[in-house]
Amino acid sequence: MTATLLPTSDADPFGPEILEDPLPFHADLRDAGPVVHLSRYDVYAMGRYEHVHAALRDWQGFQSGAGVGLSNFRTEPPWRPPSLLLESDPPRHDAPRRVLAGILAPRELRRLREGWSAVADELVDALLAAGDEFDAVPALAEAFPLRVFPDAVGIPAEGRENLLPYGDFLFNAFGPHNDLVAAAAHRAPELGAWVNARCARDVLAPDGFGARIWAAADRGEITAEQAPLVVRSLLSAGVDTTVQALATVLHALATHPEQWRRLRAAPQLARVAFDEAIRWGSPVQTFFRTATTDVRVGDTVVPDGRKILMFLASANHDPRRWTDPGAFDLSRDPSGHLGFGFGIHQCVGQHVARLEAECLLTALARRVETIEIAGPTRRHHNNTMRAWGSLPMRVG
Amino acid sequence: MTDPGDALRVTAKDVVADGVVVLTLAHPSGARLADWTPGAHVDLHLPEGTTRQYSLCGDRFDAHTYRVGVLREPAGRGGSAYVHDVLAVGDTVGVGGPRNHFPLVPSERYLFVAGGIGITPLLPMVRQADLLGADWTLVYGGRRRGSMAFLDELQSHGDRVHVLPEDRHGRLDLPRWLGEPCDGVAIYCCGPGPLLDAVESACAGWPEHALRTERFVAREQGAPVRDRPFDVVLARTGATVTVGPDRTVLDAVRDAGVDVLSSCRQGTCGTCETDVLEGTPDHRDSLLGDDERAANDCMFPCVSRSCSDRLVLDL
Repeated sequence: MTATLLPTSDADPFGPEILEDPLPFHADLRDAGPVVHLSRYDVYAMGRYEHVHAALRDWQGFQSGAGVGLSNFRTEPPWRPPSLLLESDPPRHDAPRRVLAGILAPRELRRLREGWSAVADELVDALLAAGDEFDAVPALAEAFPLRVFPDAVGIPAEGRENLLPYGDFLFNAFGPHNDLVAAAAHRAPELGAWVNARCARDVLAPDGFGARIWAAADRGEITAEQAPLVVRSLLSAGVDTTVQALATVLHALATHPEQWRRLRAAPQLARVAFDEAIRWGSPVQTFFRTATTDVRVGDTVVPDGRKILMFLASANHDPRRWTDPGAFDLSRDPSGHLGFGFGIHQCVGQHVARLEAECLLTALARRVETIEIAGPTRRHHNNTMRAWGSLPMRVG
Repeated sequence: MTDPGDALRVTAKDVVADGVVVLTLAHPSGARLADWTPGAHVDLHLPEGTTRQYSLCGDRFDAHTYRVGVLREPAGRGGSAYVHDVLAVGDTVGVGGPRNHFPLVPSERYLFVAGGIGITPLLPMVRQADLLGADWTLVYGGRRRGSMAFLDELQSHGDRVHVLPEDRHGRLDLPRWLGEPCDGVAIYCCGPGPLLDAVESACAGWPEHALRTERFVAREQGAPVRDRPFDVVLARTGATVTVGPDRTVLDAVRDAGVDVLSSCRQGTCGTCETDVLEGTPDHRDSLLGDDERAANDCMFPCVSRSCSDRLVLDL
């Protein structure tokens, strides 16, 4: 077999132009081939669904334990103790994942539904009482998760607003050390210390997710050293990601009035609407993996120890997998999208996010006939998340 | 798209001790299998109609095969005799799970105690403890050396493994191996009932949760596996969908126009969880415990099927 030249791109996927609108770059990436070398960072990249999906499942060949950002923990020290869920491989990954997957299983979340629906109703009622125009990012996408999720974890009420800049820094830190990281680096130690303090056993409410994590440590299912890191995973990846996921689905519905009408006619479509929005808007755009051996993908061998950037968002728009991928369409089956990752590291909190979205969308759909963008929208650039800074909306 | 019920093919059948065969199972298409952790088991839906649970004892770093060890049971009860006498390389068996009710927890030190075929779930645990650099010991009892499986594999672990056949060493001297109660040791025991009882007695003074056991009875499932079509009633509309042997409940329901979100299609992620209003599911997921299965109030339609003629789902 003749060796095929590895396609190379000198684009900067973490630069402001691509962060503002990544879709043209993703199309180029997919067209270039199954694996592309990103020369600016000397990493490999995958943008096609088939290959991203296969690599995410292949924890044996593409490890997370060397970090899921650009930084390679084999050669560079992590900026914080690595996540036991995100940045860990079997066998060390097994016990923390098992504990958290049990606590966040769909069956376990049923008891929260009624309370969260009531909070969503109350939030939307208060918002509508204040007028028919608002910024959906602070008023809904941020407000709702910050009300329900920290309560579910059981952290104290004060200071919860720290969760958003902490999440923003964390997801920036997965990328290169660029201006986005530098701008917030001065606050990272303070935010990290605040978050860590909220993972301690004595501050957590007795009936929350956090207390249940510590109870698992009492039963020996995880160690007492692991317990606060598992709680931290909830605070790190459970709030900012959901905020941006909710903003994404609100934006999708506000810009597709016919889909909003469909949701109003059939509110049980709320879950499908959320997952279709996660596919279409991909709030989590990328994650890195590291080759554990020389791994062949198509005609390319990714050498042992090298970083591979998985473009989840590109895979979610791959026309080889999705019909008319650019359309936000509630009649599509979004099952199998990669917006939550895939395989053993698939987002352990995905069911929580779905429940939050279902409660919020149902509350809106029952009260609001129309929803539309009411002014200039603004993206918030982040190295990993396709985030919203502002979404002015008008409801009628 | 995976086959409904995920039938796997027997690719190898090896005698590893007197009365013990190991089956190697793989997907007919070569597809990757659902991931598992040490201590996990699968339900084998045998062609002759019974379902048996067996621990996975292969290499989890091999994503394409499962290995299970099957002891011929003295009474010649259905499943094991079928596996030993009839099941052949090339045959297919339905597989449910994997599920894990016997997970390896993190610990500085492990004491593994195996009795006979109870070695099967401990084998991957031993490999994992070794990989983690933990301090571990395996005490392995059995009737005769020739009846004890996997001795060749265990040999590479050197003096951490103590092979103690009863015909030469008598019953296991548990107090000797356990020593004095202390913190920081996880004790795992799998084997016949009398051994488990003895270990439980011997561990009476140990810290709570130090001992974890798996009572090694290859449990029969209550209802026979059906290979005939069954009806699924979609309660919200009243529509009825017939599910044939060659498709999943998920696909049948979706073809009828009902949106059901899914993701892994292997019964591991929980996305397609669906309430069951009537009927008895044939559970094949990796998520529900035995009690949750017995409640029969929810199922995962991407892999699970039906034991009854009719299921009513909240869809």
